[in-house]
Amino acid sequence: MSPMVRLRASRDIAHIHRGIMPTPFHSRSSRLNLNQQWSQWNGFASAVYYADPQLEYFATRNTCGVFDTSPMRKYRFAGSDAAAMLDRMVTRDVMAQPVDTVAYNVWCTDTGKVVDDGTLFRLGAEEFMLCCADPGYDWFCLAAVGFDAVAITDISEDLAALALQGPTSCALLKALGFAGIDQCKPFQVMRFPFGSGRLLVSRTGYTGDLGYELWVQPQDAELLWDELFTRGGVYGIQPMGDESLEMARVEAGFLAPDVDFHGSLHTVERGHDHSPLELGLGWILNFRKQHFSGRAALIAQKESGNYRRLLKLDIEGNKPAQHSILYADRKCATEIGYITSALWSPVVKANIAYGLVEAKYFGGQIWAEIYHQKELRWQRKVARCTRVTKPFWAPERAKLTPPPDC
Amino acid sequence: MTTRYDAIVIGAGHNGLTNAAYLAKGGLDVLVVEKNDYIGGAAVSRELHEGWIYSNCSYVCSLLRQSIHRDLDLTRHGLMIVPYAGTTNFSRNGDYIAEYTDQAMRYREVRRHSLRDADAMVRYETDLMRYAKLIRHFLLRTPADPTSFKPRDLAELVFMGKKFAGMGAEQVYEFIRFMTMSAGDFLDEYFENELVKALFSTSSIIGTALGVYSPGTAYVLLHHVMGDVDGAVGAWGLARGGMGAISNAIAGALREHGGEIRTGAPVQQIIVRNGRAVGVALDNGEEIRADIVVSNLDPKRTFTVIMDRNDIPADLRKKAEHFKIRGSSGKVNIALTGAPDFPSLPAGHPLRHGSFQFLDTMERMERAYDDWKHGRWSEDPFIEMTQSSMWDPTLAAPGHYFVSCFIQYCPAAVQGGWTPAKRDAFGKTVIDQICNYSPNFRDLIAHMEVRTPYEIEHEIGLTEGNIFQGELTIDQLMFNRPFPGYSQYRGPVKGMYLCGSGTHPGGGVSSACGANSAREILRDLRRPNVVPEDDVDE
Repeated sequence: MSPMVRLRASRDIAHIHRGIMPTPFHSRSSRLNLNQQWSQWNGFASAVYYADPQLEYFATRNTCGVFDTSPMRKYRFAGSDAAAMLDRMVTRDVMAQPVDTVAYNVWCTDTGKVVDDGTLFRLGAEEFMLCCADPGYDWFCLAAVGFDAVAITDISEDLAALALQGPTSCALLKALGFAGIDQCKPFQVMRFPFGSGRLLVSRTGYTGDLGYELWVQPQDAELLWDELFTRGGVYGIQPMGDESLEMARVEAGFLAPDVDFHGSLHTVERGHDHSPLELGLGWILNFRKQHFSGRAALIAQKESGNYRRLLKLDIEGNKPAQHSILYADRKCATEIGYITSALWSPVVKANIAYGLVEAKYFGGQIWAEIYHQKELRWQRKVARCTRVTKPFWAPERAKLTPPPDC
Repeated sequence: MTTRYDAIVIGAGHNGLTNAAYLAKGGLDVLVVEKNDYIGGAAVSRELHEGWIYSNCSYVCSLLRQSIHRDLDLTRHGLMIVPYAGTTNFSRNGDYIAEYTDQAMRYREVRRHSLRDADAMVRYETDLMRYAKLIRHFLLRTPADPTSFKPRDLAELVFMGKKFAGMGAEQVYEFIRFMTMSAGDFLDEYFENELVKALFSTSSIIGTALGVYSPGTAYVLLHHVMGDVDGAVGAWGLARGGMGAISNAIAGALREHGGEIRTGAPVQQIIVRNGRAVGVALDNGEEIRADIVVSNLDPKRTFTVIMDRNDIPADLRKKAEHFKIRGSSGKVNIALTGAPDFPSLPAGHPLRHGSFQFLDTMERMERAYDDWKHGRWSEDPFIEMTQSSMWDPTLAAPGHYFVSCFIQYCPAAVQGGWTPAKRDAFGKTVIDQICNYSPNFRDLIAHMEVRTPYEIEHEIGLTEGNIFQGELTIDQLMFNRPFPGYSQYRGPVKGMYLCGSGTHPGGGVSSACGANSAREILRDLRRPNVVPEDDVDE
């Protein structure tokens, strides 16, 4: 007897034909991507650079740059248990977070290891949006165990997003008619009627400078892009790609998953994941909360003081310490850690990096063994590293309300 | 009552401020005196028309030593250097040639005009880069005195010799030839296309009273490509907020180290007693005492105006009088109420935000120089037009633009002397030239400032309005700058020093002259060095 097979026509199946999809802005961004340089982010085409990564980077410091953040994963948490559920999952106090604000958060395993980081938007008493670089639906469902009155939805494809970052960003939004935008405080959310619906604006970003993130329904994405670039010319608007954003985020002191830390759920080797304390995120651990995932383990770790430190380093010379091993001595006898991100910072005029250093050594001398090429020939240098406690770039305007020149 | 400081620096231009900042950092009690009511000298930004900030002298920046920027923490004091790209050189036949930053676009643009020249760019850029890298070793070092047997001079000569010899015998010959060559001859060895040559030739005569075919101009070309922005040698940048942002940031560092600045305080004379400098006398009669007096004025002005002829050797006075510091350039600074249209470039093209030149053959540049020789401004002038505010939103309101035009040639003296009418006629010549390529340019002008060498000399104090404080010819470079025997920043009397662009390594907003001079002063005082020595990590 043959098995029951009911054939379906091939055309009725949503086949996967390619790995990279266009974002809602692609019709516009691809026109400006002069050399068609794309990377892949969560299965979407993301510009590596549009014309000149150096100039695009400077736009975030001098005028304004636009980065397409649509491939970011976005999740909606709604229901009477949403706040409590999230409060148990993330490290900051969600119950006390006011409506229409954003809070940077991490979420950990019970052993206190970082699963991912992201921004949590409280859009109503019982409505939240969580944005993170990597998919996390499965973890959120696990984290909701025991909470019935919370609906978790992946809304990644329902919202297109642009980051508008730089000193003229507020002036440009104001010129576009978003009245009152100059009163928007850091980490605040505002809403404006736009296109067929509304535009959500949050004063957030990944560059450390004055800036906003603009969230819109995909059908209004092209309109948003067109308005920004039509009016933005005289405000020095520039589209920016991954390369320039990467420079800006290191200067700003922000972490990148899969660069500065390895998500715990992806980690096979013991000790290759990280606690928030190791990553310098102690400031977002709210131990006054009775419980959150990883709390007990993190309290124990904090009390022991015995944990690695991701340090901000200012390194002598101008050769970026990419992929460098760190040592406690100039002779490179005692290995104490490694560099996770490194670059020459054009605005700060410093050779900056993050380095993860073993607990025993973070207070002492740190030396980076740097390899760099000169007309193909490899050169080696050992450079002294100085610890820096503040972000390398944190202009006043990023904190002021209203921002200057707006 | 006389006041007393450890050191007085005369002139709050960027080198004077750098010098003072390092002296203050080295522990000295320092005062900078400035004749104008504002600081910055020729690195200055001022609101000359309501709503527009003008960088009315220097306008772009490449030589500023990164190690000084970093060491004095100038970013924290408000300085940001934004790289600036895309020069378009328009030709009379309606076409243009442009310099793109993107390597492939650069190649294809030159290839549009000449296949051979597009390929020859590799050879040209490699040779020029080799010379640039050589020279860069010496920017933050005091030149050796080749006649001295002092250990440090010998050591410096050995250092220099090693760097030279390191290029290999063949390249040493080439370099020596290069240093004495004309830019025209040099470019002829690489390129065939007139427009290509014209594009590369323009930096060889900037600020120099020579033509593209005058020997020595190849070096001037190099001087304009040996700077860098964040390690990109040859790149140029804009100071956010105008060039005054550089001076203001250095002044911030100076004040942080306890230094003082007095504006509106012109110096009449450096006071010398018993063969040593003891202070300065101001125009208002006030005397300020100090054991160290540093002049940031050009060498000619220093030794013929603010030092008494009896206080210095006659030979030095003669050298100063004959110092080559000829005025050859003017500036026209313009406030525009809109973006000018250049019909050759499509709307929205990124080159529209770049700088513009209007030179299609080196021959035209040579003819422009001929006018200068005859004591006239060029009838068909070379113009470098920089639209700074297309990059810098702080200079004018959105949609308004500040445009800086650098013009070559314009003599320091015209027949019968400069008058406001002649100055305006010079300005009209410049606008007419621009309007040949941009018909609506004139309609957008809200305000303009025309500066001949006369205005530059009288406002800034640069003799003949020479932007480099003395020409960058080989007889006035390295151990010959400003004069043989005076290249190590020390003046003819004890306690007196020079720190301006008239000293090594020469003109441009580099801060190197001021820094090198401070290092020598601290050395004489047997204080520890606080000045970065080496800028080269490449």
